[in-house]
Amino acid sequence: MDIIRTIEQAQMRNDIPAFAPGDTVRVHVKVIEGGRERIQAYEGIVINRKSGGVSETFTVRRVSYGVGVERTFPLHSPRIDHIEVLRHGRVRRAKLYYLRGLRGKAARIREKRV
Amino acid sequence: MKKAIIGKKVGMTQIFGEKGEVYPVTVIEAGPCVVVQKKTEDHDGYSAVQVGFSPVNEKKLTKPEAGHFKKNQTGFFRYVKELRLEDAGNYQVGQEIKADIFAPGEVVDITGTSRGKGFAGGIKRHNFKRGPMAHGSKYHRRVGSLQSRDASRVFKGRRMPGRLGGDRVTVLNLSVVRVDPEKNLLLIKGAVPGATGSLVSIRNATKS
Repeated sequence: MDIIRTIEQAQMRNDIPAFAPGDTVRVHVKVIEGGRERIQAYEGIVINRKSGGVSETFTVRRVSYGVGVERTFPLHSPRIDHIEVLRHGRVRRAKLYYLRGLRGKAARIREKRV
Repeated sequence: MKKAIIGKKVGMTQIFGEKGEVYPVTVIEAGPCVVVQKKTEDHDGYSAVQVGFSPVNEKKLTKPEAGHFKKNQTGFFRYVKELRLEDAGNYQVGQEIKADIFAPGEVVDITGTSRGKGFAGGIKRHNFKRGPMAHGSKYHRRVGSLQSRDASRVFKGRRMPGRLGGDRVTVLNLSVVRVDPEKNLLLIKGAVPGATGSLVSIRNATKS
């Protein structure tokens, strides 16, 4: 088990800020476009964090042009340049899948007072 | 050139590739294997190298086993296996075979002993279909008809429940994702037969 742990540890990033479901984040993703690399921002609400260790992933949901878009990122992916936490949301569950059925005003999340 | 090595399955994890893609990998602690004996065409009728893997205290071995290792002063090993190589003559007794004989991107075949499942029914063992679980049906996971009424007997080879797993299984064309020569680790893309800690043998692919 130790060997597995060292392999996983070597790939884990320690520059990831603390964020939880309900938070609004901006993920800066490295995209390769025609041989050139640039950074693209993707902003939205974190609706889940799944699994643990290197295989941990999180899903960011946003509504763009009236269409709901969800992107799942591996938390420790080298493709992520950095993550900005814009707002901490106050939510009462770990998986916010109920947001998929809501829109507009109803899909808002209260801000958490820190 | 044919090459092979013996290793121990350590477990599975995932690895990020260069472009950030995720690979599921099996970690194998491969070698160092030491050549214990050489089998030659003239003497044994075939050419192979006999290698030892996983050093062990002499006390743990039987006298005949220990005597075999003492003959060539190679050290004592828990496992001894033969690797059928055409160029077995190029190996010296006492030579070490390490994980660095393989490079990332190479395609390999891996042989192991599959996990024992015990006495399994037809559905798990032969992928039979099951009957309805409800609506008054009492026919759930049974094997069904064994033969036609005219035959009046069951033909040989009829697939039925029985022991499943624990067999020697070879998976072809698995690719090596990463090699760690210092720790003697091979990271193989995908799953490998056997339980964690079981012995596997790795050779370069024969059909690729």
